[in-house]
Amino acid sequence: MEHTPPQFFHRGPAPIARLTFFVLLSVFLMVLDARFRYAEPLRQVLAIAAYPLQQIAIAPFAALARAREFLASQADLREQNAALRTQKLRDAEDLLTLEALRAENEGLRRLLAAKEQLPGDAIFAEIVYAGRDPFSRKVIIDRGAQNGVQPGQPVVDANGVLGQVTRVQPLLAEVTLIVDKDHAIPVQVVRNGLRGVVFGSGDGSTLELRHMASNAEVEVGDLLVTSGLDGLYPRGLPVARVAKVERDSAYAFAKIVGQPVAGTTQHQQVLVLSPATPTPLWSDEPERAKKGGRAKRGARRGE
Amino acid sequence: MAANPHHILLPVNVGFMATSVVAALAFNLLPWQDVRGVPDLLALVLVFWCVHQPRKMGIGIAWLLGLVMDTANGALFGQHALAYAALAYTAQGLHRRILSFPPWPQALHVLVLLLASQLVMLAVRMLAGGTFPGTSYFFGSLVSAALWPLATFILLAPQRRPEEVDETRPI
Repeated sequence: MEHTPPQFFHRGPAPIARLTFFVLLSVFLMVLDARFRYAEPLRQVLAIAAYPLQQIAIAPFAALARAREFLASQADLREQNAALRTQKLRDAEDLLTLEALRAENEGLRRLLAAKEQLPGDAIFAEIVYAGRDPFSRKVIIDRGAQNGVQPGQPVVDANGVLGQVTRVQPLLAEVTLIVDKDHAIPVQVVRNGLRGVVFGSGDGSTLELRHMASNAEVEVGDLLVTSGLDGLYPRGLPVARVAKVERDSAYAFAKIVGQPVAGTTQHQQVLVLSPATPTPLWSDEPERAKKGGRAKRGARRGE
Repeated sequence: MAANPHHILLPVNVGFMATSVVAALAFNLLPWQDVRGVPDLLALVLVFWCVHQPRKMGIGIAWLLGLVMDTANGALFGQHALAYAALAYTAQGLHRRILSFPPWPQALHVLVLLLASQLVMLAVRMLAGGTFPGTSYFFGSLVSAALWPLATFILLAPQRRPEEVDETRPI
């Protein structure tokens, strides 16, 4: 460069040097984030900085939704009320039997020396917005570390499993949806108890039941529920309904496509469940497990 | 609409620069759900200030704003930061060339810059194992570039005010 500025025009390091510095820093952060998950503290600081701005950006939409709710017509409300009342009657019957069944189930479980799957605390949350990241399927909910949300907790809506908390900020949390690419969730076919693993197919709206033999007994319309084998999702939550089954004898596996049951974008209210206690399939310390079980029972008797 | 070459602009107000950047960031943080073709206004405003005020806006600020975007979107940490830093560098390097054109050719330059920054993000995410979001992913840049003349009009307006204040003028 023949036109270098004189020394008294100080402009700091050359642009290319600055660019190199920041590119290296970005790559460093990306590797930390993608491979080791070490970037969380910095992310949390920035999250707090961006939080007020986010709230301001969301506020008009929240106000609009509230106004729409307020202006719902009386006819709509009456209709909804009637529907809810009949639903309540129908549910009441189930609820009455549920108590009895729960007690019975507890007894049976104790007999089997299985770990008790007690319903833990659920955190009520609302979807604030869908992450504007076209490469992954996430939603942001309005409960964070301050409310006791932890990474790994399953998130459900009224219809079924929505996803899993993957990152927690102080006041918000990110939920990766089950339709996210390669998000896996162990399931069971309700009709015949067949087990499998459902993966997000990557197109953002469907799921795939992979590694099922081409003659596996799965039919269109089958409901898939969580099997609870991963120790994360509680057992029996609806996940998907089979929408398409392609059997080709040329391949060892059938191509089974499912439609998620949970409305992944429409529903605003969700529940963050506490992870189920893992059911050990196999334990190499049977003695300790037994002792623990006895101690637990003893404690309960003492109460 | 563009800066008239015979029109001497007032010095820029740093407060206005900051306000425009924060407003663009707030726009990006709106709950866009799955709408495709939403312009990345923050990138546009960054390019604008890098082209018009290369000494006041630069790679470091762009990088930091990229980090904020990553946090808010739940994207890979550093993805937007990398793209924005590269964007700011190129915009700064080309600022004399871009300013010598009329507004629409300027917009074409900006389109190329924005598409390149999106390609950087795409490459990074594909390396990290993401899904290809489809070609509609790039529509946002088209919309952004189309907004360039409007952005020029709005963001240069404070600098185009008359020097001596006219008391009878409403604004």
